[in-house]
Amino acid sequence: MSEIVFSGVRRKFRRNGEDVPALDGIDLTVREREFVAIVGPSGCGKTTCLRMVAGLEFPTEGEVKVGGAAVRAPGPDRAVVFQQFALFPWKTVAENIAFGLKAKGVANGARHDTIARFVELMGLQGYENAFPHQLSGGMQQRVAIARAYALDPAVLLMDEPFGALDAQTRTVMQEELVKLARRNPRTVLFITHAVEEAVYLADRVVVMTRRPGRIREIIDVGAIRRAENWDRFERIEEVMDQASFVHLRTHIWKLLREQQQPHEH
Amino acid sequence: MNRAELGRGESWLLSAAGLATLLAGWTAAAISGLVPSQFLPTPLAVAERFVELTTTPFAGYTIQQHLLSSVGRYLMGFGLAAAIGVPLGLMMGWFRWLDDVVSPLFEAVRFVAPIAWVPFAALWFGTGIGGPTLIIFMGAFPPALINAYRGARFVEPRYVEAAQTLGAGNWRVIAQVLLPASVPSIVAGLRISAGLGWQSLVGAELIVASSGIGYLLVKGQASISTSTVMSGMIAIGIVGFAIDAMLRRAEAAIHARRGR
Repeated sequence: MSEIVFSGVRRKFRRNGEDVPALDGIDLTVREREFVAIVGPSGCGKTTCLRMVAGLEFPTEGEVKVGGAAVRAPGPDRAVVFQQFALFPWKTVAENIAFGLKAKGVANGARHDTIARFVELMGLQGYENAFPHQLSGGMQQRVAIARAYALDPAVLLMDEPFGALDAQTRTVMQEELVKLARRNPRTVLFITHAVEEAVYLADRVVVMTRRPGRIREIIDVGAIRRAENWDRFERIEEVMDQASFVHLRTHIWKLLREQQQPHEH
Repeated sequence: MNRAELGRGESWLLSAAGLATLLAGWTAAAISGLVPSQFLPTPLAVAERFVELTTTPFAGYTIQQHLLSSVGRYLMGFGLAAAIGVPLGLMMGWFRWLDDVVSPLFEAVRFVAPIAWVPFAALWFGTGIGGPTLIIFMGAFPPALINAYRGARFVEPRYVEAAQTLGAGNWRVIAQVLLPASVPSIVAGLRISAGLGWQSLVGAELIVASSGIGYLLVKGQASISTSTVMSGMIAIGIVGFAIDAMLRRAEAAIHARRGR
């Protein structure tokens, strides 16, 4: 049971003694093993949505439930991959991946097996004893994904995980994430401001309005992916060449573009 | 020449020149006879006395034995200050309630100078090892606690959040995140602690103790032996400098290991 449900979620921040609404009524269900991407203009509260599922922030009104229970605290059933990786700089690659497993009380032998498996899966062989600052951004994000996946979480929360990477590395990571997600499907909430990334990765794309954030439209990319059989392509650029892909991307772009127009009365 | 233009060799040369000027002025003043030699012995006489003190007991012990006794007390006091101050500071940085309980007490006590603890320390813990240890502890404790506390408070939130989302509880966050993330701040604090502790030690030994380098100073004064007093002061300076140099090296090694 790992369904994520937002019901009537509002969030206000206090700034200079005034309440500033950040999220203005979010209703959304991320089904079990569904990959949902949220796109929206910066400051629309998409990261806040993710942090509320993680238990790092809480709604001012409404409720966020995971697996039927209201979220009250962070926990390893909802692993997070942060934009700035947030690897522990004083720990090696292997120690970073081990962190959650130790907290979970996984025995030595099983822990080493798990670490070895994810080191191999994410192509980190030979870097087990390196410190994060010795790795490139792309490699660091591989470690962060391994660290999250190693916990075997029911829910995976990714906050612009590829935002800090260069274009080529980003493409490679997107393809790898798709492979990983096909092999180990999880309930995924993925925050991004890159439209192509959202369309390429997600089953559904949620487009948000600018602040205060509301849901503008939810696009069922999965239905089109299946109908057009995008999965027959190995490479992201081939998928992105499809007319169906271009059409979706343009549609979402337009929705986002609307949000840039000044709405002053 | 501004600071940036000064080379390392030139810098050394200037330091040596400063020392030479001091020694020359001192020697000139001592030889001139303006001050009786009993009160201002020449540097050479002090050096001779220093060497003599290493073989001939004064106030019961040789200067090394006095130093050893001082260092023993010092390690007790400093060790206790670090062992209590660092964990307590980290915990105060994490548990808000503990911060609320301890902070007012700590703020009230920390402005009582270590030397002001001397009478109390003597009454409660005597003049052997307990009293001086308490005084050193009082000198060394505040920076150890404050720096650990500040380190813990200013850890980048993303590390704490990452740990919590990976399932870490309070103690794991403190030990595995706050502690390692605060190491630079803690080590800087311990360097200050070490210096203040060493300074408090001598103050303590001037009054309570029957051995130690401070005790040697008092006895030197009583027998109007300026060269003995100066020898003791030089020993204090050298050991203090050595302690700081060791901690500076430890600090550099830690920073190097972290790649910053």
